[in-house]
Amino acid sequence: MMLLGGVRRLGSSALPFVVVIALWQFASLFFPRFLFPSLIDVFWRCLEIFLNGAMFADVLSTVLRILAGLAGAFIIGGALALLMVRSRAVDKFLSPILTLFQGIPALSWVVFAIIWFHGVEFRILFIMVMTTLPAFTFQVLGALRGMSRDLMEMVFSFRPTRAKLFRVMIAPAILPDILTAWKVNLGNASRVVVVAELVGATGGVGYQLLQQQQLFDMAGALAWTLQLVFFVLTVQGALTLIENAAFRYRAVSERAI
Amino acid sequence: MSGTVTPPDAAIHLDDVSKVFGKADTEVYRAVDGLDLDVRPGQMLALLGKTGCGKSTIFNMIAGLTAPTSGTVRVDGRDPFGDFNSFRGKMAIVFQNDRLLPWRSAIQNVELGLEMLEVPAAERRATAQLWLSKLGLGGHENDYPHALSGGMRQRVSIARAFATNANILLCDEPFSALDESTAGRLRAEFVRLVKENGKTAVFITHSISEALEIGDRIVVLKRPATIAYDVSFDAGTGQQERELIRARIGDVLAA
Repeated sequence: MMLLGGVRRLGSSALPFVVVIALWQFASLFFPRFLFPSLIDVFWRCLEIFLNGAMFADVLSTVLRILAGLAGAFIIGGALALLMVRSRAVDKFLSPILTLFQGIPALSWVVFAIIWFHGVEFRILFIMVMTTLPAFTFQVLGALRGMSRDLMEMVFSFRPTRAKLFRVMIAPAILPDILTAWKVNLGNASRVVVVAELVGATGGVGYQLLQQQQLFDMAGALAWTLQLVFFVLTVQGALTLIENAAFRYRAVSERAI
Repeated sequence: MSGTVTPPDAAIHLDDVSKVFGKADTEVYRAVDGLDLDVRPGQMLALLGKTGCGKSTIFNMIAGLTAPTSGTVRVDGRDPFGDFNSFRGKMAIVFQNDRLLPWRSAIQNVELGLEMLEVPAAERRATAQLWLSKLGLGGHENDYPHALSGGMRQRVSIARAFATNANILLCDEPFSALDESTAGRLRAEFVRLVKENGKTAVFITHSISEALEIGDRIVVLKRPATIAYDVSFDAGTGQQERELIRARIGDVLAA
């Protein structure tokens, strides 16, 4: 019974992908290869990227750029959020600046980085941090402000040290919002990194996409894009596993929303 | 800061304490007005008053969670707000609602105060286990708060307060959210544990019956928190005398 339920759930979540794949493959029968290549070709190209050391190094460099950018933005954003929650003056000063940053398109940051900096890696790190920093800061700030005052007072009544307060109260209370922030920003970062590499890098998935565009190679473009999609899905899956383990204390209602 | 000296026989000492909420230039609400109050070690004081009379404000000042606007608050001769950290392990609180950390199991919640005191893990676990058993929660150690009933959750919060072996217990209407039968049972257990362990307790309530059941001294407050009636009694106080005290409290509250 449970096995049947599991198969049914797997089937229903796989169905949209099966439909898209079938439509693409059907289109490949009627359109030229440079528009809709066969997915079998795309699969072999994916495998080639995965097995070829030099090519896979490009995928890894993009992955590392995404993770480094997100980690940098998270650390800086978390620190800014802590300062903002502790001081109204800091909040009043930083909030408009971060809001302004949110309005600047990712492509503008790419142009600024190319004009301001020489090093490729630093340029990309700068772009990644600047584009994801406001979201991380506001999300951590919201989580800190949303902490239960009652629970905070209860923990305070035991006179914790700062480190213990953070460990027993603040970290577990804001963890759900932090994981959500990572999930949201991961998607944004994977889009931004491609733009940054497309314009200002000599390697990585974005750079390879530029090569495929110049060669009019749709199978290659798809294969390189899928590398990034696999990475995002893998990290999202890992974050979901962490969520399931960390939030097992939550009550589950029999009636869904 | 007042220069008054804490009487040597007072575990808790409030001298001319006032608390005003609002901005410094525009007074908005005077919750406590020139309150003088001493609580002897080992005494169980029931602070009784209508909703909004400033009971919780007094409670928060004694707990060191808020500072008085003027006057002096001393617990064991020290300022609970200014010397906040020196009260680690010396004072425990049972709140109106259980305030259990939802991400911790029952036993982990009871261990919380012991963690702050750097008690080794094995000793911590044994102490928490002991208090959960004393409060009839053996077998529920690993349950998360959402899986416990309201009464069970409040028992966990009482176990959490007792586990640190603090000398001073502060309780803010801890049984008010429970049904009368559960509240009655827990009240009796609570009084027994306080007496057995020789604690000084301040118990906030708005119920005359609860105050008579719990306290060996009742202080009735009128708004803004000033003492309207202060009476002490003991186990030898007869039923007739208790009824007279009940009637007198009723009159004071109605006035």
